[in-house]
This record gives sequence, structure tokens and C-alpha cells, in this order.
Amino acid sequence: MTIVYTIVSLSAIGTLAAVILYFVAQKFKVYEDPRIDDVEKALPGANCGGCGFAGCRAFAESCVKASDLSDLFCPVGGNDCMTGVADILGMEAVVQTPKVAVVRCNGGCDQRPKTNQFDGASSCAVAASLYSGETGCQYGCLSHGDCVTACDFDAIHMNPETGLPEVIDDKCVACGACVDACPKNLIELRKKAPKDRKIYVSCRNEDKGGVAKKSCSVACIGCSKCFKVCPFDAITMANNLAYIDADKCKLCRKCVVECPTNAIVELNFPPRKPKTDLPPKPAAKTVEKAAAPKESATDSQTENNETK
Amino acid sequence: MSKLLTISPSPHVHTSESVNKIMYRVILALVPALVWSVFMFGLDAVRVTLLAVVACMGFEYLIQRFMMKEEPKITDGSAALTGILLAFNVPASIPSWIIIIGALVAVGVGKLSFGGLGNNPFNPALVGRVFLLISFPVQMTSWPVGIHAQTDAVTTATPLAILKEGVKAGQPIADLMHKLPSSIDLLYGNIAGSMGEISAALLILGFAYMLWKQVITWHIPVFVLGTIFMFQGGLFLLNPYKFIEPVFHLLTGGAMLGAIYMATDMVTSPMTHKGQFVYALGIGVITVLIRNFGAYPEGISFAILIMNGFTPLINVYLKPKRFGGKN
Amino acid sequence: MLKTFKIGGVHPAENKFSADKAIEKLALPKSVFIPVAQHIGAPAQALVKKGDQVKVGQIIAQAGGFVSANIHSSVSGTVKKVDLATDASGYPKQGIFIDVEGDEWEDTIITDDKLIEKFDTDSKTIIDKINAAGIVGLGGATFPTHVKLMPPPGSKAEMLIINGVECEPYLTADHRLMLEKGQEILVGTRILMAALGVNKAYIGIENNKKDAIGRLKELTASESSIEIVPLKVKYPQGGEKQLIKAVTGREVPSGALPIAVGAVVSNVGTAFAVYEAVQKNKPLIERVVTVTGKSVSKPSNFMVRVGTPVNELIDAAGGLPEDTGKVISGGPMMGKAIASLDVPVTKGTSGILIMPDQDAKRKTSQNCIRCGRCVTVCPMGLEPFLLMTVSERQIWDRAESDCIMDCIECGSCSFTCPADRPLLDYIRLGKGKVGQIIRSRKK
Repeated sequence: MTIVYTIVSLSAIGTLAAVILYFVAQKFKVYEDPRIDDVEKALPGANCGGCGFAGCRAFAESCVKASDLSDLFCPVGGNDCMTGVADILGMEAVVQTPKVAVVRCNGGCDQRPKTNQFDGASSCAVAASLYSGETGCQYGCLSHGDCVTACDFDAIHMNPETGLPEVIDDKCVACGACVDACPKNLIELRKKAPKDRKIYVSCRNEDKGGVAKKSCSVACIGCSKCFKVCPFDAITMANNLAYIDADKCKLCRKCVVECPTNAIVELNFPPRKPKTDLPPKPAAKTVEKAAAPKESATDSQTENNETK
Repeated sequence: MSKLLTISPSPHVHTSESVNKIMYRVILALVPALVWSVFMFGLDAVRVTLLAVVACMGFEYLIQRFMMKEEPKITDGSAALTGILLAFNVPASIPSWIIIIGALVAVGVGKLSFGGLGNNPFNPALVGRVFLLISFPVQMTSWPVGIHAQTDAVTTATPLAILKEGVKAGQPIADLMHKLPSSIDLLYGNIAGSMGEISAALLILGFAYMLWKQVITWHIPVFVLGTIFMFQGGLFLLNPYKFIEPVFHLLTGGAMLGAIYMATDMVTSPMTHKGQFVYALGIGVITVLIRNFGAYPEGISFAILIMNGFTPLINVYLKPKRFGGKN
Repeated sequence: MLKTFKIGGVHPAENKFSADKAIEKLALPKSVFIPVAQHIGAPAQALVKKGDQVKVGQIIAQAGGFVSANIHSSVSGTVKKVDLATDASGYPKQGIFIDVEGDEWEDTIITDDKLIEKFDTDSKTIIDKINAAGIVGLGGATFPTHVKLMPPPGSKAEMLIINGVECEPYLTADHRLMLEKGQEILVGTRILMAALGVNKAYIGIENNKKDAIGRLKELTASESSIEIVPLKVKYPQGGEKQLIKAVTGREVPSGALPIAVGAVVSNVGTAFAVYEAVQKNKPLIERVVTVTGKSVSKPSNFMVRVGTPVNELIDAAGGLPEDTGKVISGGPMMGKAIASLDVPVTKGTSGILIMPDQDAKRKTSQNCIRCGRCVTVCPMGLEPFLLMTVSERQIWDRAESDCIMDCIECGSCSFTCPADRPLLDYIRLGKGKVGQIIRSRKK
């Protein structure tokens, strides 16, 4: 007899619950565009936030809502992924050139001597909020690795010898997490060139040339030599600092040779031929910056700047 | 200047307190009770304690070194403390292999699977003890008689077990009283029980030491024991035939050991005094309920584990009083 | 039963080595570097240029806004340059370099030590004089004093509290000032009371300075409007909110200023500076600085001109000890470690503390054992362990809802943590971030 009661009562409870659940589900039903799911499936699902949204789902929702995809781009999936998304939504994909993170500080332990020892929480953000850093350069890398912690793709690592982070180009998806994590704003997303070749000014020091040179031997001293030698107008000078526009740069490497402090870095190039037949320097361009020194021998360059 | 100056954020001075000091002080506070258990149970007590400590430290070292791949931190004293507390919670006659399993569960499951010291939601020693109690109920409840006892028996029953059996059989409390040890025996520990829990007086001595050294505050032990006293007292007043007077419950079983050394485990108890009050209230009430109405004669380890589970919730809802705040 | 604040607090070792050392005038330095930002608020605008001759007390930088303060030359000589140099903040800051030549003062300044008790009680006159003299809070926060003396509309000051607590270990600058310049401080207090229009002032002093309490009690014996309040020793009693709570029992609401409970708090050093500004026309160009440390051979209290490099003070205190590991501008709980001994003494420098090697380094931080000591000692009733975790993981909304902005950065949590966790490091970081978020929301 007990077993009958049990079966009956349990069935009754089950039926009741099913009825309640059904009505509740009807009552609280939320319409969701089925395309959101489709778009989300087309995305890499890394939830890294590189697109500027809180995860892939949020990005998919924005894609579905958007009238065109020009402002939306998934840096992880790249163009292929966005073409897929565009197909689902029947829109035009906007092709963007792939990018890669570049660390713009070259001041390793040998080039940038320490002036004090930091002994707080091992975090760049904490150190930066406290003071200018362990070295004389207040713009340089703090070497506590916030960018490494921020990277979800294992694409950035500290080099124990130099104390500087290094990006593994193949792993980097240009999500921008390290760019946001760096309190010194050293990391930049630059256009990917063939064979991962890169030329960039590996310095953010805005001090006057003499001050910069004193604290770091590979600092950009704002001498404008690269600016003058560049045949493509890719280099701009601001605040005693040169900047190479990746869109304009044709990777000719003229500036690299010219830089007196080796602040301009070339990566993944074949070794140079012996420097016998360097092309003649182009005629001096009008220098917009008044502070820029006249063209002079490389050796006297720094002294020249220091007096200013 | 040749030497580089150190730069760090303020404050630049630090108290001399450290995690290691806290752990070693708790261990020191447990020494009198340990000595008493050696006096009562002889070399068996030494065997169980040493084995538990060595096993806990050894498992901690091995797991941290080879499974978690981090620098072993066995010198912080927390593994040794877990070992001692585990040993205190088992009968002195327990077989060696059981205590080793207990140590593995305590350290491996109870502590390191959550990330090590500070991350464990439950008191590791109690996780080990409860695991053993459920897995090996016979060995965990056969209490050896003291080496000084004038009897031929090998095992005996704890006062709580005698009480439970009697009440189950429907005997009134008054009839049971002559079978139970006197309050004086309970206080200095001339009774059967787990190794470390028998001498209430020596445990209180350790409590006084920890208060003096500011290892713990008085709140949790006093609240727990107070709750047991009040609740049991209420039951006693309602029906003195069925419920024994409250002091008996304070002095028997693991009440003292649990309230002073296990419930106060910093990792698993709430942060604020408000929260600690709720936590201790829960422990006290559940202990009395299990002891009077449950299947087990003793319930404080379950009570502590249950309230450990509520600790994160208590921490979220019972915030400290903010300076200049509304509440 | 002595008064104190209710929740939290710690008892670091006091180590007040220089408590019985009278204030000495430090010899003039050869050159000074006077930063134009020595206060909270907008930096001052430099009025001098390279080659200018300046006198002691001459204004060399004009306040850059309402919440800002004038900067005066602390020496006489020639302006060498106006340039960047690192100050105690650790970042290069604009400032004025002056080569010292002689010691020629502005004619309007009365340089003798005679006590002048009578003053013009008109509030506006007093505040203008204080504003012109560039006086800021000398307790360390360096908030411009004239701003404090002008309560926002709708609020009314009921009392003045003079902060003679000096709860930071090691420091004795305020203690010595109270002992040696008691009468001047009391005149300064009366001036501040007149400026605020209040008729009650309390001077809160911790009970470890019995001689100062005795001296000021003796001086105010016949005066009912100024009351000396001895306080139980507990850090951070010198915090504005804690001091108000200790003296009056009133609690400043979260996010509000002391004026919300009718109190204005000023440091004893500020009261002395106010006296000098109003009665002697002397702008804020010098202050008392304690130079101390366990291995310092001659712990001292110096009257120092603003802009003097720190190494001159250390030399006068017996030189930098061999085992120096860290040099701190300020006290050990809230001071800033400095990387170079060339940084100048500014208006907010209350002490130079030299820590030997063994005290300089932190111990390795361990896992949080959730002991709750940080919660117990937090004088603001916060949960530092939680705030550190949410700041580390950048959960800013949670940090905000758990009142991170109430943190006064007293360091009690980091001081007391048995696992040596860098609690305040991260809380300070989170506070900065949450502050930014709140400001951007208001816009």
C-alpha cells in the first residue's frame, strides 16, 4: 500500500511542479534574437574584452543591434571571424589590418641603472602610483609584469636578463589588455608587417635629451635625426620624442642606422650587408621644432642637447 | 652614495606579529593538554600525536612540492597545528594507519585542495576527524581506559556516550548521575574521551595564554560556551528528567577543545565580532541539538563544520560598523 | 579615563628619541630648491625668473587658484633657474632654485622673538593675512588653511580643534613646538578662533606628552574658551576624523568634511605659523622638522627653511649612518620613502626618519589567514583584506560599495597584518581608481 501512496503523491508533486514551471516560463519569457547565438558561436569565445565589450556575448549583442560593423572588430578572431559574423548578419565586413603589441621601452638593467630599490607590492600599478620608478627614467618600464598578468593568451613574458617584457608575435591577438594594464603607457598595438618585421621607437622618454641620456643609454633624446632621414614622412617629433607611424613606415631601416642612441629598434630583419653603400642622405627637411639641433656629428649630439 | 635606498609605500614599520608566531603560540597553548593526555594514555598518546604531526607536515610538503609545484611552506606551523588538533580529536588507541589516512584527508582534501593556508573553507583537522568518524566508526569510538585505571577492561565509554545510551533507554537523568563522572573529574580530565579533549582545566589554561598573547579574542569561545550553557540550561529547566544540567555539557566531550581551539580557527571563522556572535550561536545551538536529539553522542565537530560553511555568508552580511556610516 | 576614538587603532612602538631635544635653528644652506606645489590643490605660478634677486619672505610664486597657496622665498639670493627636480613625491616637479647670498629679510617682517598678544579680530583681515602668507596645514596634509577658515555656505563652525596629537612614532616636532612656543600657539589659536567666529577651542594632546599638556594647561588656567584635552595614546588619533571623535564624540559622516559636524581642525604647527603670519607678518618659510632614526647619532628637532635639501639636515644630525636602508620624509606610518637625499624640505615635511637596513625591507607576504586583525584595527571600520583583494582583481564597483573612499591611508592594516600582506598598497591604488571613476561619472 505504501508504495502506491508514494507513487501517487510523488507524481502529483511532479505534475504540479511542471504546471507551475510552465506558467512561470511563459510569464517571464524574454525574446532574444536567435542571431545573437549564431554570432556568438562564430566568435572565438575567449571573453578577453579586446573588442571593448564585456565578453563575447555582449559583443555579439552589439553586432546584432548595430547598423553596420565599421566600429566593431574582434581582434582575436581577426578578419576571418568578422567575415563570418558579417555573413550571419547579412552585412559588409570591414577589413582591418592585423595588429600586434609592441613594448616601447628598451632600457634593460645594463642600459638604465637603478637609482633605488622598490620593495612594495610587486605590481606596476602600485609602483607607478607611488613614485617615478626604480631608475632615473620616469617614463620607462617598471618591470613588475602587470602586462604579463593581464595577458590571457600567454603572449607576453618578462625577460629575466633585461627585466623587460617581450611579446611573442604568434601568440599575440592584439586584444589590448596589456596596453590598458601598463601604467606607463609603453605598449602599443602596431600594424603587423610581413614576416613580423617591425621598426619602432623603443622609448617613451619625454625628458630633454641630456636628462634622458643620463638616466638611460638607449633613450630617445629627441635629436630629430630620424625625422630628417625618413623618406616617407612616417616619423613625427613631439615632446623630445620621435614616433614612427606604422601606417606610413615602409620599413626601409634608414632611421635605425641614423639613431645615435639605438632607441629605434628593428626586429625580424635579415642581417644587414656591410655598410659600404648606404644611400645618400636626402636633403634636410625643414625642421618644425625649434629645439631640434642642427645636423652635426653623432658624438657631439648629446652634448649639444644637454646645454639646451 | 654607493648603496641604493629602498623605496616602499607606507607604512614603513610593522608589528612583530607573524603567521608563524600565531601558529606556534596556539601549539604552545595546546602543550599542557598534550602532557595530560600522555599522562593518561601513556606512550600511545605520543605515538598518535607524533604520527599525526609528521604525516600532516609530510603530506603538506609532498603535495605542495610535487602537485602544486610551489615552494613548500611547512615551516609556517599550520600543518603541525592541524596534526596536533587531529590527534587531539581521536582516541589514543587508534591504529596508526587510520591516523595517517586522517592526516591525508585533513591536509590534502581539507586544506590544500582549496589552495592552502587561508583558502580552506572548513577547519582541516575537523574535516579529517569527521572523515574518520564516518569511515571508521568502530575504531573512532572505542575509547581506551587510562593507564592508571584500576580495571581490567580495555575500553570504556565517554560520559556523553553513557548519557546518550541511558536517555535512549528511557532512564531519568537522576538514575544516570551515579554512572557519570563528577564535575571535578570532568574538570581535570579523569575521564574517557579523545586524546586532547579530556582535561577542561588545562584547555582553559591554554585559552588564558592565547588571550594574554592576543592570539585570539575571547568572543568566539565565550559565545559558544555561553550558548551551550544557556540552551542546555533552558532544556534542563523545562524537563530536568530528560535533560542534564548544562555544566556537564560544557565540561564533557569536545566542547572546550572545539570552542577554544577549533571554532576560533581564523581562516574559517567570521571577521567581525557581530559575525562571530552569530557563528558561535550557531555552533552552540547545533551542538546541543545533536547531543540531545541526534544520533551521535557528540556534535561539536559537526556544528563547527556546518558553521564554517556559513562563514562566507556571515562575512558578506555582517559588515563592521563603518566610521561615520549609518548603521 | 582618558578620551580616545572608538573603533580600531594600533600601538606602534613610539621611539620618540628626540623628545627632549630643544628646537635648533639650522644653518642656512648654500642653495635651496622650492617646489611650487607644496600643498593640496593647484600648483602656484612662479613669479620670478632666472637671475632675479630675492629677499627672505618675498613672494616668488602666486597661488594658482582658490585651493592653492602662495610660495615665499625662504632665503635671500639669486634665482638660479626655474626647472624640474625630484621632490619627496618621487616625481620631477616644477620649482625655483635659489643660490643663497646673505640673509636679508623683507622689511615688513618683524624678526624679534617678542610675544605680541593683541590682534585685529576682524575675520576678513585675518584670513587675508593667512592667505597672503601661504599657510597650509603643517600636519602633513598641507591643505591651504585659508580655505578651511571659510566654511562653505550653509555650514557653520562651532569649535576649533587644535591637533597636538602627533601620533606618528618617532616624530617630535609638534611636541617641542608646544613646549617651547606654547604662548605663541595659544595666540595663534585665538586668532584662528576669531577668524572662524567660534568661542570654543580644544587642544588635543596624546598622553605621552605630559610636559606639553602641563605647560599648555598652566598657560590656559585662567581661560575657559581654550580647553586642553589629554588623549589616550593610540594611532591614528591625529587623523582629523579620529581626533574629532576623540575630543567631541561626534562622528564625521562618510564622505563629508569635518565642518559637517561643526568642527575645524588645525595642527599646532599651523597655529604657530598663523601667529607668525598675523602678528609678525612672516610668511610660511620655515618649519620644525624632526631628524631621527634608530642609528642616527644625534636625533634632533630643527627649525628649517623651506627648500633646504634633506642631506643638510641629516649632516646636522650627525650624518647618514652606515647602515641606512631607507630614508623617509614624514613619519613611519604615513611618510614617503625618498630615493635621493637632494629632495627639499617642504611645508609638509614634519620629519626625516632614517631606517637601518634590518628595518627597511618588508618581509615576504604570505597567504591571508583571515584573522580579521585588519578589520579590528581599521579606524574607519572598513575591511582592508577585502578591499585589497577587490583592488588587486580590479573589481572597482565592489570596492566602491565597500567604502574604499573612506580609507584614510593610515596604514594600521598593513602594520598589523601577521601575513605581511601589502594591504594599503593595493587599497591606495584602488582608492585612486575608484576616485577617478566617481569623478568621471559626475562629469
